[in-house]
Amino acid sequence: MNRRVLFLLAGAVSAVLPAIAFAETQLTVYTAIEAVDLDRYKATFEKAHPDIKINWVRDSTGVMTAKLLAEKDNPQADVVWGLAATSLLLLKTEGMLEPYQPKGVEELDKKFVDNDTPPGWVGMDAYVAALCYNTVEGEKLGLKAPTSWEDLTKPEYKGHIVMPNPASSGTGFLNVSGWMQLWGEDKAWAYMDKLHENISAYTHSGSKPCKMAGAGEAVIGVSFEFPGAKAKSAGAPIDIIFPSEGSGWEAEATAIIGGTPNLEAAKTLVDWSVTKEANEMYNVGYAVVAYPGVAKAVEHLPSDISSKMIDNDFEWAANNRTAILKEWQKRYDAKSEPKS
Amino acid sequence: MNFALEASHLPLTGKRLRQEASRDDLVKLGFMAVIGLYLIVALAAPLFVMLSKSLSTYRFALAAFEFQVSDETGANWGPVVSAAELNRELGAVADTELSTNSDGRLAATKFFPEFKFRSPVHYRIRGTTDDAAFLVGSTRETGTAWREYDSGTFRRVVLRPASSLGFENFRTYFSTPALAQSIHNSVLMAAISTVVTISIAFALAYGLTRSCMPLRGLFRGILTIPILVPSLLPGIALVYLFGNQGVFKDWLMGYSIYGPIGIVIGSVFFTLPHAFLIILTALSIADARHYEAAASLKASKWRTFTTVTVPGARYGIVSAAFVVFTLVITDFGLPKVIGGQYGMLAVDIYKQVIGQQNFEMGAVVSVILLVPAVLAFVVDRRMQRRQVALLSARAVPYVPKRNARMDTLCFAFACLASLFILGMIAMCQIAAIVKFWPYDLTLTAKNFAFDLMDGGGWAAYGNSIRLALLTALFGSVIVFAGAYMVEKADGFRFGRSIFHFLAMMPMAVPGMVLGLAYIFFFNNPANPLYPIYGTMTILVVCTVTHFYTVAHLTALTALKQMDPEFESVAASLKQPFHRLFFRVTVPVCLPAILNIAIYLFVNAMTTVSAVVFLYATDTKLASVAVLNMDDAGDIAPAAAMGMMIFYTNVAAKLIHALIARGLLARTQAWR
Repeated sequence: MNRRVLFLLAGAVSAVLPAIAFAETQLTVYTAIEAVDLDRYKATFEKAHPDIKINWVRDSTGVMTAKLLAEKDNPQADVVWGLAATSLLLLKTEGMLEPYQPKGVEELDKKFVDNDTPPGWVGMDAYVAALCYNTVEGEKLGLKAPTSWEDLTKPEYKGHIVMPNPASSGTGFLNVSGWMQLWGEDKAWAYMDKLHENISAYTHSGSKPCKMAGAGEAVIGVSFEFPGAKAKSAGAPIDIIFPSEGSGWEAEATAIIGGTPNLEAAKTLVDWSVTKEANEMYNVGYAVVAYPGVAKAVEHLPSDISSKMIDNDFEWAANNRTAILKEWQKRYDAKSEPKS
Repeated sequence: MNFALEASHLPLTGKRLRQEASRDDLVKLGFMAVIGLYLIVALAAPLFVMLSKSLSTYRFALAAFEFQVSDETGANWGPVVSAAELNRELGAVADTELSTNSDGRLAATKFFPEFKFRSPVHYRIRGTTDDAAFLVGSTRETGTAWREYDSGTFRRVVLRPASSLGFENFRTYFSTPALAQSIHNSVLMAAISTVVTISIAFALAYGLTRSCMPLRGLFRGILTIPILVPSLLPGIALVYLFGNQGVFKDWLMGYSIYGPIGIVIGSVFFTLPHAFLIILTALSIADARHYEAAASLKASKWRTFTTVTVPGARYGIVSAAFVVFTLVITDFGLPKVIGGQYGMLAVDIYKQVIGQQNFEMGAVVSVILLVPAVLAFVVDRRMQRRQVALLSARAVPYVPKRNARMDTLCFAFACLASLFILGMIAMCQIAAIVKFWPYDLTLTAKNFAFDLMDGGGWAAYGNSIRLALLTALFGSVIVFAGAYMVEKADGFRFGRSIFHFLAMMPMAVPGMVLGLAYIFFFNNPANPLYPIYGTMTILVVCTVTHFYTVAHLTALTALKQMDPEFESVAASLKQPFHRLFFRVTVPVCLPAILNIAIYLFVNAMTTVSAVVFLYATDTKLASVAVLNMDDAGDIAPAAAMGMMIFYTNVAAKLIHALIARGLLARTQAWR
């Protein structure tokens, strides 16, 4: 080895050493938040806590939930930040979450926090069931915009409504569980029987119905408010309608995965995730956030969405999910022949 | 999958000189064992684990829970009763309701018809075994200790199922009409698509070989285009062409493209090149003497067609039919995009696993999907064995004669088919660059801003190219070495035939099934290969295995064309086999090796089904991104990404052609 190589090596070592001395904690964070938000969330958190680095692992809610469950015996994630509360409840019942009472959690709206003390998960924001109505196609067909869930069963909408399949989409399930909590099971099933007659397709993903309505592939998409606002900004001729009876909703939430070797850093992240600052960050895309009084109106969305939200019992929804889906598939999936 | 490379195999001719087992042979045996082991680990073992997963069932074991109820004071306790006893008395839960999935829950209050949640009565519950589990709300409790709850809390107690082995999942499957219906749907769609595709492909191949129509080379090129795109792309094109805002919506006369119509049209699109190339090969081996004989016997044109042309190509037609049938029944991308509410087996697997996290039911559907695919495969193999060499040494190549009417007809039909293919691709291209279909048709490049969408962004595109290159490189090496061992090694007959069987198996295994089997096998910390789970390595292994068979057959065909005398001569000159292998075999077979490489590259770019369960966040793929973006409703970006895959494959094909030409000039001068 000649002198120059040695010199270079020494240089390299001295360049690496300080980095080791101030080593940050790396957190593997599983999430289902929108792809566009990843960098913003990471940057905002890391500015507040420069000693912790977030490594995102992102996918859609269903895939992320499947991945977490599949890794049950050998978890890879330290924290889940931005996954449906219902999914986190599922992980909780498998004993996969580390209960933790974040500092300042008492400031949050109660319905955004797990019932147990210390809570298994804490909420960030909500997505609320809404209808996307294509005004151009509606006018062509001579339809009037619906104002309530009940309206959707009117015969004139036959074949013009798309809705997410509750068996594969969290949005689909929050609608079904929302109707059941609003009206009781029997009335909800009777309603869905009638609604089914008008549905042209059950989609796999929850945001697709709204985008289909935006593109005119359907007139009414049963979806939630976020893709509606996004499609409208992109130029889709749609109205976002919150049915008068009230809307089911789902919380995006945060939890620590049990057994993480980086528990302290994980707690720091969860502590920060409930702060006012974090909630202001969520508010850029989401009209309803967990911290009361923070939310400012989001473009294309009304400012009083939280008043449309029903009292959602996450635990009831999670514990009845399998039974409801079994019945749902029995009633509506069997009729899988396409309607022309 | 691309079956087009498979050529008909000539029976092995020439005598082999029997040699003493030498050190060379031991080395060969060692290599064969390594590649055989690869196929066992990458194929046989995962499938076996999946099979056992389909038999793992969940059932509420009522005998495993015991209750005690207090009186109104909450102090005096009644007798201990098990849930099984209570259910026998009350019949509260039917036997069929007891079998459930891994997420099943059963409310404890079902066994207490007099239950009121505001009563002062208290309840106790315990398991009789250590692993009997129940939930209080969302908190999991296990064990045999008594736990006491007031009625308000007891309302929140739900029992969890225990897992065991049995055929319960299959019973559930066949008693769920929506699921069982998919078998019928899948077989029907595959059958219809097969008939349509084979008819069209035969007509096209017939026109290209038996008429003097112009531009035959061009048509040949156009007709193979669909191989270069993922099967999702025709689905997306059909949405734009015939969807509710489609350009030609009226052509459907009120019928919806979402469903069987879309599936059949799309299936014809993406299976056409496979059928076309196989039938073309079959038709091009024609002996002019047969036609002369027919002419001198004054047979009519129709009679010549039915007694000479069709019988000559019948094995090709049968083979093509099975290939199309298997492709359609195992394809996942197309019905996912355009299938609407029409249930298909391959989509059911995806729905069960990704939508409901019901891995066991996913495994059941996989096992069911294996049946038709394996059947088609076995029947096809049987038929192949009966094929005899049509082309004898004395055959005279058939030269079509000019016939204005016939030539025009064939030309018009080929134009129509080309228009269909080019139209679909063009529609996707337009969709990819239009701002907001159908309301704002200004041009834009924003649909290519993949980083702002679901699916993985431009990184996914980079990953796909990496996967394709790695698959082409390692796949060609593994496949060719394996085929060499099968063909040129002496002795170990038994080992070689097992190896050959393993190499043929991937053809019968649908991609979805392989992918799911990989999850079960590799995603298990007890497996020493667990570290490759979620990496690029597992994607490469999976893709090489998925497309192994056709590549293997191509290599085998090339090797069979080499005279076994080479080995004998090398042995008598005391040359080690590796010298022969690298100095003679590889250079001679180079065109075949290049064909294998480009075949693996193109398929690795377009495959969705096998990798959709296996990609991780930092190994997202372009083809999967097309699926996920379409899923989220971002159809235009999905079309844009699909077109990127198409252009990449076209570029790869061109590079392949250039390299092939350069190398052929150097290595194939002897031909």
